[in-house]
Amino acid sequence: MIPLSWYVMLSAGLFTIGVVGVLSRRNIFIILMSIELMLNAANINLVAFAHYLQSLTGHIFVIFVITVAAAEAAVALAIIILLARNRGSVYVDEFNLMKG
Amino acid sequence: MLSKLFFGYFAVVLVTLSIVIITRKNPVHSVLWMLVMFFHIAGLYLFLNAEFLAAVQLILYAGAILVLFLFVIMMLNIKEEVTAKRFIGCWPAGAALGVLFVVMVASTLPVFQQGPPGPFSIEAIKSATHAKALGTLLYAEYLFPFEIASLILLIAIVGAVVLAKKGSNE
Repeated sequence: MIPLSWYVMLSAGLFTIGVVGVLSRRNIFIILMSIELMLNAANINLVAFAHYLQSLTGHIFVIFVITVAAAEAAVALAIIILLARNRGSVYVDEFNLMKG
Repeated sequence: MLSKLFFGYFAVVLVTLSIVIITRKNPVHSVLWMLVMFFHIAGLYLFLNAEFLAAVQLILYAGAILVLFLFVIMMLNIKEEVTAKRFIGCWPAGAALGVLFVVMVASTLPVFQQGPPGPFSIEAIKSATHAKALGTLLYAEYLFPFEIASLILLIAIVGAVVLAKKGSNE
């Protein structure tokens, strides 16, 4: 039997890599993928806790998280298409229209 | 022992692949590595007795979301990808924040106390099958959140169409 803390550390590690990806990359696609990475890290945590607490609530929440991830990906990709069409770039440090 | 070996394999591959994903120059390569990572996450779900979720992970994430990503990346057809700078100027700050987060989680782990176990033991799920147990719970106790989720999907469909429509930005 694997201790629960191993799963928590694994998902914390994946979440951290996602955070670093969001905070350090320029390409907006990679930033979006890092967000998906963070959602998946949270999912691993939910499933692991559901398994160790012998409850199915975590699994239900994973289904909702996947739903929200799909909706978020669709809307975010539409926004990226708009950005690329209007500003001609997908690099986040070039979107500085509101910089004083 | 064997289960620890399995978990170690999955953990090492997942962490390595996610580092590979956030450091690739070409976003198409990132998406393809992410596909491999989703397969491994599905394997981890199987390992945790969540076979329906493993199937959903493959169908939805690998089959739908990643294809959407690939579609948009190839549609925009960015040429300067090979020469462009990968990271923003202050990326060490992001990395330091990440390390801080891991230290924070690791330091709070020892005080975790497990609550009382619920009714869904592995035997109970196995005798009812995972999909049936999940469906019974989802359509009885979590019916209202389920309806809200359908509403979220509807809004996402409408929003994506309205946003990406040609001429909507004037």
